[in-house]
Amino acid sequence: MATGLLNYYRTSTGKKMVMAVTGAIIFGFVVIHMLGNLQVFRGPEVLNHYAAFLQGLGGVLWVMRGIMLIAVVLHIVSATQVTLQSWAARPEGYAVQRYRETTYAARTMRWGGPIILLFIIYHLLHFTFGTVHPTAGHFDKANVYQNVVMGFQVPWVAGFYILASMAVGLHLYHGAWSMLQTMGISHPGWNRWRKAFAVVFALAVTIGNISMPIAVLTGIVTLD
Amino acid sequence: MVLDAKIPDGPIEQKWDRHRFKMKLVNPANKRKYHVIVVGAGLAGASASATLAELGYHVDCFFYQDSPRRAHSIAAQGGINAAKNYQNDGDSIYRLFYDTVKGGDYRSREPNVYRLAQVSNAIIDQCVAQGVPFAREYGGQLANRSFGGAQVSRTFYARGQTGQQLLLGAYSALMRQVASRQVKLHTRHEMLDVVVVDGRARGIVTRNMVTGEIRSWAGDAVVLGTGGYGNVFYLSTNAKGCNVTAAYRAFKRGAFFANPCYTQIHPTCIPVSGEYQSKLTLMSESLRNDGRIWVPVRPGDKRPPNDIPESERDYYLERRYPSFGNLVPRDVASRAAKAVCDEGRGVGETGLGVYLDFKDAIERMGEAGVREKYGNLFQMYHKITAEDPYKVPMRIFPAVHYTMGGLWVDYNLMTTVPGLYAIGEANFSDHGANRLGASALMQGLADGYFVLPYTIGDFLAEHRQSTVDASHQAFKQSESEVRSRIEKLMSIGGTRSPDSFHRELGKVMWDYCGMARNDAGLRQALEEIPRIRDEFWHNLRVLGAPESLNQTLEKAGRVADFLEFAELVVRDALERTESCGGHFREESQTEDGEALRDDARFSHVAAWSYAGDGDIPERHTEPLTFEYVKPSQRSYK
Amino acid sequence: MDFTLKVWRQAGPDEKGRLITYEAHDISSDTSFLEMLDIVNERLLEKGEEPIAFDHDCREGICGMCGCMVNGHAHGHQQGTTLCQLHMREFNDGDTIYIEPWRAKAFPVVKDLVVDRSAFDAIITAGGFISMRTGSAPDGNAIPVPKKSADQAMDAAQCIGCGACVAACPNASAMLFTSAKISHLGLVPQGQPERMRRARAMVDAMEEAGFGACTNHGECEAACPKEISMNFIARLNRDRLKAALVE
Repeated sequence: MATGLLNYYRTSTGKKMVMAVTGAIIFGFVVIHMLGNLQVFRGPEVLNHYAAFLQGLGGVLWVMRGIMLIAVVLHIVSATQVTLQSWAARPEGYAVQRYRETTYAARTMRWGGPIILLFIIYHLLHFTFGTVHPTAGHFDKANVYQNVVMGFQVPWVAGFYILASMAVGLHLYHGAWSMLQTMGISHPGWNRWRKAFAVVFALAVTIGNISMPIAVLTGIVTLD
Repeated sequence: MVLDAKIPDGPIEQKWDRHRFKMKLVNPANKRKYHVIVVGAGLAGASASATLAELGYHVDCFFYQDSPRRAHSIAAQGGINAAKNYQNDGDSIYRLFYDTVKGGDYRSREPNVYRLAQVSNAIIDQCVAQGVPFAREYGGQLANRSFGGAQVSRTFYARGQTGQQLLLGAYSALMRQVASRQVKLHTRHEMLDVVVVDGRARGIVTRNMVTGEIRSWAGDAVVLGTGGYGNVFYLSTNAKGCNVTAAYRAFKRGAFFANPCYTQIHPTCIPVSGEYQSKLTLMSESLRNDGRIWVPVRPGDKRPPNDIPESERDYYLERRYPSFGNLVPRDVASRAAKAVCDEGRGVGETGLGVYLDFKDAIERMGEAGVREKYGNLFQMYHKITAEDPYKVPMRIFPAVHYTMGGLWVDYNLMTTVPGLYAIGEANFSDHGANRLGASALMQGLADGYFVLPYTIGDFLAEHRQSTVDASHQAFKQSESEVRSRIEKLMSIGGTRSPDSFHRELGKVMWDYCGMARNDAGLRQALEEIPRIRDEFWHNLRVLGAPESLNQTLEKAGRVADFLEFAELVVRDALERTESCGGHFREESQTEDGEALRDDARFSHVAAWSYAGDGDIPERHTEPLTFEYVKPSQRSYK
Repeated sequence: MDFTLKVWRQAGPDEKGRLITYEAHDISSDTSFLEMLDIVNERLLEKGEEPIAFDHDCREGICGMCGCMVNGHAHGHQQGTTLCQLHMREFNDGDTIYIEPWRAKAFPVVKDLVVDRSAFDAIITAGGFISMRTGSAPDGNAIPVPKKSADQAMDAAQCIGCGACVAACPNASAMLFTSAKISHLGLVPQGQPERMRRARAMVDAMEEAGFGACTNHGECEAACPKEISMNFIARLNRDRLKAALVE
């Protein structure tokens, strides 16, 4: 089986399966992460308490972070390999090429990926390490609520988060439906629901994520 | 020369079995020492190549397309016959045999047809096992339909793409042998000569259509599965690339050509719409199962079809042939269409068309029912004509579709040149003067899977391996002839394209040697063809280089052969003063205009031998005897 | 009708090619696209210019020989048909039409609009068959095939191997072609014994030929003249994974 899997990974179908599986893990994280963050609407105590709970997990937290890191790395490595293969497959392009079926989301996966990666780095530096917090000196590891609200009160930061969330949404939309296809989850009876699932899923995550900076910008969520 | 068909002894139902037993076998260890050249990768060529390779022979397979999945067998829509009697409706090997001999208007060889009927069942089994997705009933059993005038349901089908699925089946078997290196494919190679040494076919000369390389290939036997010559009419339902070159080259090297005048005109094609038209599209004959054919009663009636009341419509097939109605055989239906058009009752802009109306079928089965059964055909018609056949009756007209004539072969499918075989449409054997619907696929696969692999073994067992290789003088000679011919085509430097000559030839053939032929017209054609040929060799223009892909050069070579071959067709039609099957001589008809055979004078195969450039070929005959199916006037009334 | 054509001309596999402009005047709206090219070629020949090389054969949409990118669409903008089935009435008078060969590393240009698609044959050679010997088959009805399976298999088996899926795919992937054959044979009982081996071998051959990776754009399905569904690609993915697990 080991050689079987290794040979499998050598094919684009194997790499795509890795992308799909790691993608699914990352999806799971994104959803939980969003649900956790939405606690911001329930006030500082709930959110800070939730953050403290996560910090208190200790080893478990590190295991989860490790899984996430591996998933992200595998996702990026396989995506890069698949992309290089496809670029090599058409050395000379068309003078005119028109599309019928493909979506903006599908066509921007390759650029959306790196952009999201940059965002994640910024996001970690911003909220996890506090090194690029816009209101320097006010980063308080224990007061997540304050960090979030103060961060989003800076319009360009909020704007960046909104744009990034939309990029994540697009990536999720094509990713979700693509994942089903790649994993071979297909059945004539409910195939038409696959795209609907992807739309609803991506929209829910995007709206959830965007709601936070908007709520801060519009004053629905404040420091007090 | 006496044409010996080598028919085995014994009662007809035992001939093939006895023959198979008597045939010599090649020692399995020796098979791999033999080399067979197969030209063509259609149903016959692909199935023969695959089967010969399975048996252990080395096979080189040559064809002009870029892949063996493209041969024109792929376009057959309707189905394939077999005497399975799955419908329990009284079918049997004997009935299929009987129907085929009768349908061929008593101009085929009884023992060959009987063998065809015998192996028909094995073909279905073979194809099912290959994974051909034949239509199924809900219980999982194979579905059948009645087709092309048969009164039993013996036709197996895969939607309207039976030919495609059978060809892809043969193709998959072939590719399996390619994988095991038993077969080597030579794509985009055109055979330009057969090489005969000491009276035996030893190989071929080809042109690589991409590089222009002329090359010889030696083998122990050569098999031609190169299809029919319908494109001698320019417009036909054949693929653009179909040509007579391989068969004609074989003819020039000593293979007899049998019954070239037997050409089948298919009744249900989309009519010609203009000068630019490059080919005719067939609408499956199955449409006649539910569509009704009619023309206006009054000549010159130009009203739109839906404005013509029932009382002013002439359902002429139903009127003339009450028992078979719209399902009469192809030749009968085609001639009837010509007759009504000659009376000025043809429809459409050109007046060369009849209506095929589904109004009643739509009322009976509902539009959804018709769509289920014929949806893809209706869609195809709509796309080509921009008319919606659900609303307006289709217009159809006969077109050249299949050629029953071909290289003369004996019972073993060997031509008059030892070691040279012809299979599928390229030979003349099984269909007599008219082929029944769903029988072409059956014959191509019968030859390739179940007949040739046995008979070629008998030949190889009797003849030692050929010691002649491609360095032999005869190959060099042939190569240089091929080269000089190409140089000649390239160097004429005239003004006209090969297509323009081809169109001109086609018009002469259709006008004088088409659905109805007469003495004066055929003689006229014999005047005109040499004139066109002469102009061709003086006024042809081919540009580009012969050392690269040059489609004009390819066409020029094929048209040059058609221009010679056409004369053979006309000569054969002229000599055969009877009407039979697809060959209708106006001088020979019954009082009510049906084809009238002359069994006393023409119950034979006419096989022509080449007599040298410029000389009239010689006509030989192989008498036909009918011990089982006694000839009678065909009647579909 | 009048058209301006921008046609890719390339003398040979190793030559450089470019788009050349031709005027096509007085074209009947009833001509097919290939007949329009025939007319242009006749006129080129008259003028002493070498005609445009393009592949074609049956001209009724089944042999799979023809096909070009026409204004950026494989087989032209009309859906569910091959190029030979496209008629000039589908264009507007005066249109400029770009005509380019299929573009993929696995489909090198032979000349002008002609490409070499032998990579498809290589994929079939790897396993696109059921291994059975001539004459060894049981009775056709001894293997019942549920109508639904037979119909689905036929949906996949309709593939004509024209290469439009590869040409239209932004990644030049051959997954639709490969999946159609894997699905056709995988859907019928006769194809079960070799199903895993077939999926593995055919996918490997596809990779080796240099096709791109499927990223589920769906352009293949939209371009396919036989409208073969990309759900078959999901089937391929499933079978290839299973094959890896049992290897």
